[in-house]
Amino acid sequence: MVTGAKTSVNTTAKKPVMTDLKGQTLLTLRSLNEENPASLETYIKLGGYAQLKRIVTEKVKATDIITQIKTSNLRGRGGAGFPTGLKWSFMPRYYDGTKYLVCNTDEGEPGTFKDRDIIRYNPHQLIEGMAIAAYTLGARVGYNYIHGEIWQDYDIFEAALHEAKAAGYLGENLFGSNFSFDLYAVHGYGAYICGEETALIESIEGKKGQPRFKPPFPASYGVFGKPTNVNNTESYTSIPWILQHGGQAFADLGVPNSGGTKLFSISGHVEKPGNYEVKMGMPFADLLALAGGIWKGRQLKAVIPGGPSTAVMTAEMVQNATMDYDGLSKAGSSLGAGSMIVMDDTTCMVKTLKRLSYFFYEESCGQCTPCREGTGWVYRVISRIVDGKGKMEDLDLLTDVSNNISGRTICALGDAAATPVLSFIKHFRPEFEYYITHGKSMVDGR
Amino acid sequence: MLSKESIEKIDYELTKYPADKRQAAVMSALRIVQTERGWLSKESMTEVAEYLRIPEIAVMEVATFYNMYDLEPVGKYKISICTNISCMLRDSDAIVTHLQNKLGVGFNEVTPDGKFCLKEGECMGACGGAPLLIVNNHTMHEFLTVDKVDAILEELK
Amino acid sequence: MLHIEIDGKPLEVEHGSTIIDAADKVGIAIPRFCYHKKLSVAANCRMCLVQVEKFNKPLPACATPVADGMKIFTRSKAAVEAQKSVMEFLLINHPLDCPICDQGGECDLQDIAVAYGASGSRYAEEKRVVLNKNIGPLISTDMTRCIQCTRCVRFLKEVGGMQELGLVGRGEHAEITAYVDKSVNSELSGNIIDLCPVGALTNKPFRYSARSWELTRRPSIAPHDGLGSHIEVHVKDNKVMRVLPREKESINECWLSDRDRYSYVGLNSPDRLKVPMIKHNGTWVETDWKTALEFAAGQIKDITNQHGADSLGVLASPNSTMEEGYLIKQLANGLGCGNVDYRLRQTDFRLDGKRVGIPWMGCNIQEIEELDRILIIGSNLRNEHPLLAQRFRKAVANGAELSVVSPLDNDPLMKVAHKVIVRPNDMVNVLGQILKAMSGLQRLSLCLPPSLNALLETITVRPNTQAMAESLAGLAGPDGLVDLVAPKVGLFIGNMALSDPRFTEMYSMMEAIGGICGAKGGILPAAANSTGMHFMGVMPNATGMHARAMLEVPRKAYLLLNVEPELDCQHAALAKAAMAQAECVVALTAYKSEALENADVLLPIAPFTETSGTFMSMEGRVQSFSAVTKPLAECRPAWKVLRVLANTLGLDGFDFDSSEAVKNAIFKGEKPSTVVWRNLNNNLKELVEIEVNIKSDGLQRIGEVPQYESDPIVRRSVPLQKTKYNIRPMARMRAEQMAQLDLVEGDIVLATQDKGSAVLQVKLDNHVAMGCIRIAASHEQTIGLGDLMGDITIEKTSKELYKPYETTMLKVVA
Repeated sequence: MVTGAKTSVNTTAKKPVMTDLKGQTLLTLRSLNEENPASLETYIKLGGYAQLKRIVTEKVKATDIITQIKTSNLRGRGGAGFPTGLKWSFMPRYYDGTKYLVCNTDEGEPGTFKDRDIIRYNPHQLIEGMAIAAYTLGARVGYNYIHGEIWQDYDIFEAALHEAKAAGYLGENLFGSNFSFDLYAVHGYGAYICGEETALIESIEGKKGQPRFKPPFPASYGVFGKPTNVNNTESYTSIPWILQHGGQAFADLGVPNSGGTKLFSISGHVEKPGNYEVKMGMPFADLLALAGGIWKGRQLKAVIPGGPSTAVMTAEMVQNATMDYDGLSKAGSSLGAGSMIVMDDTTCMVKTLKRLSYFFYEESCGQCTPCREGTGWVYRVISRIVDGKGKMEDLDLLTDVSNNISGRTICALGDAAATPVLSFIKHFRPEFEYYITHGKSMVDGR
Repeated sequence: MLSKESIEKIDYELTKYPADKRQAAVMSALRIVQTERGWLSKESMTEVAEYLRIPEIAVMEVATFYNMYDLEPVGKYKISICTNISCMLRDSDAIVTHLQNKLGVGFNEVTPDGKFCLKEGECMGACGGAPLLIVNNHTMHEFLTVDKVDAILEELK
Repeated sequence: MLHIEIDGKPLEVEHGSTIIDAADKVGIAIPRFCYHKKLSVAANCRMCLVQVEKFNKPLPACATPVADGMKIFTRSKAAVEAQKSVMEFLLINHPLDCPICDQGGECDLQDIAVAYGASGSRYAEEKRVVLNKNIGPLISTDMTRCIQCTRCVRFLKEVGGMQELGLVGRGEHAEITAYVDKSVNSELSGNIIDLCPVGALTNKPFRYSARSWELTRRPSIAPHDGLGSHIEVHVKDNKVMRVLPREKESINECWLSDRDRYSYVGLNSPDRLKVPMIKHNGTWVETDWKTALEFAAGQIKDITNQHGADSLGVLASPNSTMEEGYLIKQLANGLGCGNVDYRLRQTDFRLDGKRVGIPWMGCNIQEIEELDRILIIGSNLRNEHPLLAQRFRKAVANGAELSVVSPLDNDPLMKVAHKVIVRPNDMVNVLGQILKAMSGLQRLSLCLPPSLNALLETITVRPNTQAMAESLAGLAGPDGLVDLVAPKVGLFIGNMALSDPRFTEMYSMMEAIGGICGAKGGILPAAANSTGMHFMGVMPNATGMHARAMLEVPRKAYLLLNVEPELDCQHAALAKAAMAQAECVVALTAYKSEALENADVLLPIAPFTETSGTFMSMEGRVQSFSAVTKPLAECRPAWKVLRVLANTLGLDGFDFDSSEAVKNAIFKGEKPSTVVWRNLNNNLKELVEIEVNIKSDGLQRIGEVPQYESDPIVRRSVPLQKTKYNIRPMARMRAEQMAQLDLVEGDIVLATQDKGSAVLQVKLDNHVAMGCIRIAASHEQTIGLGDLMGDITIEKTSKELYKPYETTMLKVVA
């Protein structure tokens, strides 16, 4: 045992308080039906680590695994939706040195909290998924970078790692093969930007989380300058299931172009906020119903379907949408990380936008000019409007400044910061105009 | 001087990285030292820099970039409350007002008895439990109500 | 080669070029702030966004590699729109205080704003204010003006070798700063002023003293170390206001050391000698040139007539020009005197007469970057050659392995693969080990002089010297992947070795090692014109005395050229005593101070900015320069003074009417580079016998010359003196040494060398080899001491004897 390691953490995390398992398709959270969902014992009982053992002992070819992943239509669950199989094929096959595997559990985009439930309720499936990925991609070392604010869950995951290592699922020469994989938990400490994969890599290296300019991409220049594959927690956690049931079975769970299940984080004005794992393509109305509908018997006003970096939707836009990549795109927004923020008819969109623009202003890393300077500008103008000192031309100014940030920065935070401004003003312009004319909110009168 | 316990913990974190990449452990090292001392003084940062054999300014860059590190004293209990959209929609404002009234301090202020400090947090990645707060970075309390906040404060007293 | 098109112009570029490289090559201007050709690409300012066909977003030209067939538009609507929006963002928080900003008139932001900025601002909110930082005496900060391009951060980390500045905080609150209360201590720090595209970092001594458009810019050559950096001297009202680098890729690139940048302040020092002076009955009296020269000539003539020509000793600073060196040698020889020398800080002259040619660095400056294996002997590189060190840093960054043999373990701010830190005396043995190990690797039987052979017999090769030998042979170390076949090896010997009594043996060893591994390299001479002085033979003739002998066997008269004896000579106490006993000391000097208290005639000469002349750099480059200002008051160029002095002495052959004419006489009408090529050669006619009876125990002094004390000009630069390098000399030693001597930090000790002593404070310095005490030289407090690298004794003494330090020596003589 290494000195300083945690040994005393109880891995039997409590079961989730709120969500109703009925109506869900539990795949990445398949342990949730069990008494002690996070324990190794539970995971083994559910057939855990069998895929890893099979692949390693039978020496399954990496190309075959990648083919399965491609067939599964698994798309990156961190928000960008990039096909995972394709991403894996970018890793150099032959490389003289250490290759790295990184898992992005740095959820900090408002409304996003799905990966937290994976590491606290089903950590071993993530570990198995990463080990399979490491085997496939030839990675010797892996890191799971966990959001600093969910410290209790970090402890649970790190304890699970020690458990897995002790049981022979991590470490040297697994199952007597020559495949070795070391996996470590590392943490952020309060910086949204580290959810961006190259900022996350910088942070693993012990630096500020400032995104790198790409190219080079992590597949050629990642952690410590070595080839690195970065995926989201939910993506890795889907892998063991895909290999157990086949890529086609996973694809069949969803709709064309969006395979499998998706964990939706639902927050805001619903009766039962929480995570809901459902098949891709579920109608919005059904998903909202699972979360108990709009709270307090009120009416739906707006939804941010995938976190604030996706465009806000009016009730009208969203009501007939299906919850998958193409469905939301058709409806005028995008799936993002599946972080649904629901707003009822008492919500003032001007004040909500002020809070969101403060968030991006506060979280901009400060590296490149448009985002560093622009997010502060936008926040100050919106604040001025909320203070009753807005001018009608501010709305065009906000649009223009946001357009000048968007697409001109090193990373996507610039685009993310522009999206709420552009979409809020686009879809709720009368509310903004009212606020400017009257110096107070159309909704709450304050 | 870093304590023996801190050094043991930092050494454990160092095992996660290649031997010539000691800087990688700076995030954990600062967290460990802050947990022990309550906040990060200039001396603490210097000690971390020396232990990891990296420039002091590189440590300061990290300590000032991530907002869970405190470069000023924050009292015995730092209460970080999220006010971002999901929490705001579930009335975190009421929780903030209650806390401010009860403790008699605004954001970034420490109570005169040095016990509590109130901080406005950004999204903590647990919005399903909104509104929520974190005590001393590592203990989260979710589904807050005014009564629940009172109970938490009572326990900390 | 890739075929691309920029703004409709087809061109061929190399694979791996970026858009900005390609555009720069054909002269298409793309605006930029963060990009700098010598620094890593940050791509953070976004000013260089351009439109590229098939991309829906503008791309940063600095970070986008070109691809075959790429069509780039730098002035299209989309590109200009992006550039203008970035400019707008940059200006919203910029204070626009151009009228009071030192950068005004030479500001990238100002210039680019003229082209891309709008006439008014749409930003009506509050502007950001950032507190200024005190980062030392050389650079002033106005951080509100900063645009966070991070050039300064990257420079210090990548070129300077140590990250001293950082971008702390994040978002709009991100700001450039040094660590809490720290200053920037890099010896190359001033370059961040040039790099700063705005007025956030400006020249502190220059601050508010002139507007850039009032300055006349004149080219010159840096006068301190042997690099020969190209400088641009900025002059206003016949006064040097500041010094900047002139770009010269093969020498100083676009950089300058702080010594070369800030020493100019010493030119405007109040103790500049303005008129000739003669000492009458112990009192200095101002006089005119004619009187002074006649007096000086009369004294020299009388003494040489009475006691013989060799009763005169002539000492010239290696910072003098070639012309000055030539004339002073001609003058001495004309009087029949062979006692001439420029090697003031040398003590071992056994190589005289054994060299094939003129010693030099043995390769050109740029070649250093290409070396695979490097051995540096007896040099504190950053102190001696601050900017050259950066070339070595690049070599190491490129993968070269650096080995160091030195009595000091100072961090060169680059990775050292192997090092041996020993007493100066033991360096010979270490080099012997390397030689022995190398010969073992090659299975060679060496053809060495008997005493060297005998020495090698008794030497045992240790693992670390074996590793060094293997490294020099190109064999892979534990971290290396493959062996190098015929690696490019460089061996260099530095100032501490040059001042050592066993220099000759070290040099011979180096030559033998170099012979085995086919190395380049040679000496890294200390001063701007050391190589040139050697070339001109400003050294004793067959019967003459060298610099040390002239002091050991005191002369009746001395002629000094640009020398402050106790500060510029190897043995301060000896120099002082020699000057004190002389009947007459004639000093050609730019300064009057206590440093020349024993002189009898002071002849005011022009420093490098006020005269024309030529320096030969360590790589043998002959570089002439013109005066950038008129001489101060009655000062005259030294070549003219020497000419008239020679004329007054009645010597023939001094009818030069310009420094150019002197130069022609030196090179006899041939092209200088041809002459140099013929003469530079580090080889010895034969390897030198080793001196076997060397003392092997006892404490040794390491008398390093601090870089801001190296010559009379830099000694008087107040801002450089205020840097942290200017610490009063202390008895520095490692902890074990302190314990052995029963001392603790802060104790007061009496340090004694053969002719004198100094009272010093004890300071812990674990960079010092065991058996050594490091005591800085060229300082008023240590002028009582002897050899820079000689035996020393240390004993604890009473605290009362330790006087608070107050400079008196460099004070103006009333």
